[in-house]
Amino acid sequence: MKRNDSIKIAGISCYILFLAASFAYGFKPGKEIGHNFFSFSLDMLKVLPCAFILIGLFEVWVKRQTVEKHFGQEAGIRGYIWAVLLAGTTVGGLYVAFPLAYSLHSKGARLNVIFTYLGASAICRIPMVIFEVSFMGVKFTAIRLLVSLPLVIVTSILLGDYLVKRSYKPMEGK
Amino acid sequence: MYYLYIATGLAVLISLIADSERTLKGCKIALKKFVTILPAFLGMLMLVSIILFLIPDRVISQYLGSSNIFTGVLFASFLGSITLMPGFIAFPLCGILLKKGVLYLVLSAFTTTLMMVGILTYPIEKAYFGTKVTILRNIISLFIALIVAVMTGIFFGEIF
Repeated sequence: MKRNDSIKIAGISCYILFLAASFAYGFKPGKEIGHNFFSFSLDMLKVLPCAFILIGLFEVWVKRQTVEKHFGQEAGIRGYIWAVLLAGTTVGGLYVAFPLAYSLHSKGARLNVIFTYLGASAICRIPMVIFEVSFMGVKFTAIRLLVSLPLVIVTSILLGDYLVKRSYKPMEGK
Repeated sequence: MYYLYIATGLAVLISLIADSERTLKGCKIALKKFVTILPAFLGMLMLVSIILFLIPDRVISQYLGSSNIFTGVLFASFLGSITLMPGFIAFPLCGILLKKGVLYLVLSAFTTTLMMVGILTYPIEKAYFGTKVTILRNIISLFIALIVAVMTGIFFGEIF
């Protein structure tokens, strides 16, 4: 890991130096990259603190048994329904869904359901769907959801089962 | 966006009333998790800022408008996979492209890969789920996106 870390630090320093130099000498592409960086950071800072506070509260309040009951082995098909509903209310994007999925899994949600949640939060977040309908029409959105959602669930089951057989464990200590 | 703030505020308030010690612990966990994953987010933001500079909106319109369905879908899924943009930018862009005559199935390939395949979120996904799962999930997502695109094409009478 040590060598990896130093590469990361070197990369970040290069990036910052590049931006600083671009702004100092008026190098246009560098300035544009800098603006992209700041506008996207701002977008995320609007969502991430809330998301992580909610995840923190989830960790201290929700009992392991509750997660297991609704998202675990015994939940059966209900687990997938819960995952899709939860995904619909997720704000932001996959970058918010990853940490929540990770917390759910560490509290006993099964992998199949976690992958369904991840896939569904990519494709059927309610605010995004409303936006999509208004620009692309109901038919477009309906086809997209009706085709992708079943595929997401089926592939989640396949991927989850495959990983369980390989006794896969997500990263520790995040 | 505001309902997220309201919901978070309410949740914290209720939690504080119920048990302030536990709330504090929850906030500590939140902070710790946030700090742990911050480098991955930084990596993603750096990638996004560079990619968006290299591939601005007009390049996307130019490539998606290609008359050949096959190359159109191919470009669309490629661009969708390597870029990351919020829905409030992506869908208006697609709306404009639609008016310009870009096919539904091409736009479907673009939006679905945009949402599901995340090469730029790779640093974050890897930090939580590891390299192998990240790659597998993204490949599966790419195939789902292609199937969705084909079905869209069929239902809108653009192919067959």
